[in-house]
Amino acid sequence: MVDSLEKRSFATALAGYFRNFKLNEHATGVGFILLFLLATIVGWPNFLQFRNLTNILRQISYTGIIGLGMTLIIISGGIDLSVGSMTAFTGGITIFFLNLFPGDSVLAVILSSLFAIVFGSVCGLFNGLLVTKGRIAPFIATLGTMSIFRSLIQYFSGAGNILSNNNLYADIGSGVFLGIPVPVWVFIAVAVVLHIVLNDTRFGRYVCAVGANEQVARYSAIKVQTIKLIPYVITGFTAGLTALLWSSRLNCINPSDCTGYELDAIAAAVIGGTSMSGGKGSVMGTVMGAVMLGMINNMLVLGGVSSYLQQAARGLVIIVAVLLQYNNKN
Amino acid sequence: MDIPKPPGAAPSADIILSVEGITKEFSTVRVLDSIDLAIERGEIMGLIGENGAGKSTLIKIISGIYQPTAGTIRLNGEVVKIGDYSTAKNLGISIVPQEFNLINTLTVYENIFLGNEIRLKSGLLDKGAMRKQAAAQLLDLRMPVKVDRLIGDLSVAEKQMVEISKALMLHARILIMDEPTTTLTGHELETLFTLMRQLKAQGVTIIFVSHKLREVKTICDRVTVLRDGKLISVDAVDSIDEKDLARKMIGRDFTQVFPTKKYRDGTDIVLHVEHLEVKNLLHDVSFTLRRGEILGFAGLVGAGRTELFEAVMGLRHVESGSIAVEGKTVRIRHARDAVDLGLAYISEDRQGKGIVQNFDIPKNITLISLAEYVKRHLIDKQAEGKKASHYVKAFNIVAASQKMALRYFSGGNQQKVYLARWVDTNPKILVLDEPTRGIDVNAKREIYEFIHMLAAKGISCIVISSEMEEVIGLCSRVYVMKEGMVAGCLTDEHINEEEIMFHATGIKGRKAYG
Repeated sequence: MVDSLEKRSFATALAGYFRNFKLNEHATGVGFILLFLLATIVGWPNFLQFRNLTNILRQISYTGIIGLGMTLIIISGGIDLSVGSMTAFTGGITIFFLNLFPGDSVLAVILSSLFAIVFGSVCGLFNGLLVTKGRIAPFIATLGTMSIFRSLIQYFSGAGNILSNNNLYADIGSGVFLGIPVPVWVFIAVAVVLHIVLNDTRFGRYVCAVGANEQVARYSAIKVQTIKLIPYVITGFTAGLTALLWSSRLNCINPSDCTGYELDAIAAAVIGGTSMSGGKGSVMGTVMGAVMLGMINNMLVLGGVSSYLQQAARGLVIIVAVLLQYNNKN
Repeated sequence: MDIPKPPGAAPSADIILSVEGITKEFSTVRVLDSIDLAIERGEIMGLIGENGAGKSTLIKIISGIYQPTAGTIRLNGEVVKIGDYSTAKNLGISIVPQEFNLINTLTVYENIFLGNEIRLKSGLLDKGAMRKQAAAQLLDLRMPVKVDRLIGDLSVAEKQMVEISKALMLHARILIMDEPTTTLTGHELETLFTLMRQLKAQGVTIIFVSHKLREVKTICDRVTVLRDGKLISVDAVDSIDEKDLARKMIGRDFTQVFPTKKYRDGTDIVLHVEHLEVKNLLHDVSFTLRRGEILGFAGLVGAGRTELFEAVMGLRHVESGSIAVEGKTVRIRHARDAVDLGLAYISEDRQGKGIVQNFDIPKNITLISLAEYVKRHLIDKQAEGKKASHYVKAFNIVAASQKMALRYFSGGNQQKVYLARWVDTNPKILVLDEPTRGIDVNAKREIYEFIHMLAAKGISCIVISSEMEEVIGLCSRVYVMKEGMVAGCLTDEHINEEEIMFHATGIKGRKAYG
């Protein structure tokens, strides 16, 4: 059968593709294109300017990076509400760590970057252990740690800004490489890596299996608890990256920074077609979901819509996206 | 019971429901091909066919869950359009599904009235009235179920009674029972048949979907055979025997279900379990398995057979006892350990513990052996697909495309994919727990032949089955379990229904806990 498929000409294959094209299977892609066209029209000509586009990408990269890790958690059947607090917590502690080194030391910046990633991963590990070893429902466990992380950073900062003493540190977050901001590069890199992890590794396959049916996974000799734990660590890692990029952008952290990141991260995954009931999802979908959220904001700003209405528009898009994906099921 | 006449009933017609030229296509695949069928008022109509023959699709169309591509449905002579299941229910057509739609945390009467609650004038629930009516109906149907019990505490048979009662509370005139006997044991089956006869006497028309020819012969008035989406025949059951039905179902001559038994028991013992204890479930279980033999485990539902092999596979906590594989005592803490030792366990619960519904065929097959397909940390999908093609061919899996999610396949094909997954782990010992549950005669025979083939290759097979003829037909030795213990081991001419039943019920063999 494979042979005959290959023998078919490209044209018939293409025709077949469109004949079998099902809107609900490509809802994210179609929605993305429609939204892009709409934004182009509404925001003409500013929207299409390179600066505007990179700006959108920069804005969404912070929650987008976390959304990539979140996608794995949601596919595995979990959720992480603590990522926003975790990012602020990690960012703050990282600046404290950075300030242990005197002057504008390059070594300090490198060590602090590593520190942020490791610290975030450890926070994620903590969440994962609560869920797997502690057997607490993910929603509850991470609701708890969401409060804990936020409260700790407020306590350590004395509810004020945590300022970095290292001027080199700011080069990470505000840096631009080949015309594209560093956070966007990081977003792309993490997306590519996690896309491969999800689609082409044993771990990725097992994450889907565990999320689709935990019992089946257990009876198929899969180490279910380990498979459930690792996505939390990965998400902690991504939160650590965002903490690094965010805290170095302004070279400071406010203890109330990054509030609501969890919602944007989850929204990006859901708009991208990841099923909240687990077992199904895609990293590239999340990338599109995150960019779509950014485009909506941008479009509304360029269109002069009140900023108070922006959240409503985002909410609407989330609902429409889910309707498109699930309502065609029957 | 006083059942009001459905609206629009023509008094003279004795055809209650007819379908004319019903055709159903999914994308381009035709699963039903212009079916014409008339069902008489008050009859029990058997609907049989292999998996994939179109039985489920037909009853889903009758009950409004699917819309036909072409054709009409007449109810009492009038053309009706059944747009969804609630329309069907209003027309007096109800399904008793194979998988029950009951809520475990609610009581019997709450489930019976779910969606049709009786309310007081204030809008609050009239629990008293519901309880009373439910109790009256259960009594009327001679169902020994208390209305205040939680569904979760009921047996499968009792749940089924509640499901039937729920359908009747909606004044169902046509009751479609989708393989209602799959999970029932002997006397529960008798109770169900008594109930069905009683409903028939009350004028309820029943469509009885089944795989089991003997049951169809016992309970039905007429029987319809479907094959490959086509209507093959409609006969009065008295005028046709089981063999003819089987022939019509598979479309070719049907000689014998079981391959000839070949005794090729080696002398070396590959699995030796001694004094196994699992809290509240298993007590002092010992048995041996020889190389290349087909060993049976019989017993009533709940005797601990499934639990025994879950324990052996490391899926349950073992309190004490020893397991030796090929003479070496082993510790199995996780199913992975068992797999690495060459053990394989095919669960009885295909949907819940077996297949991944939204995975395609290759992903399902390589789930356990995935490490074999990893090259430099990445899955070699080409190798995966090739292996899947191999199994599709070897196991005669009927698939329009390998890339389709498994939930679109029939039970028999799902079971074969599930089997292929475990065969791909190269097991030395293969445990098959109710391997033919819910699959058709043809697929059954293929699976029996397959078990023989494995045994011939020196793979030791254990068959757990509640269908006695299956263990009798397949196995060279049979252990009978009762209440978490081994009641006895039967060999040679002792493997017969009587001996198995005597051991399973405690008339013979080791007595209960002590």
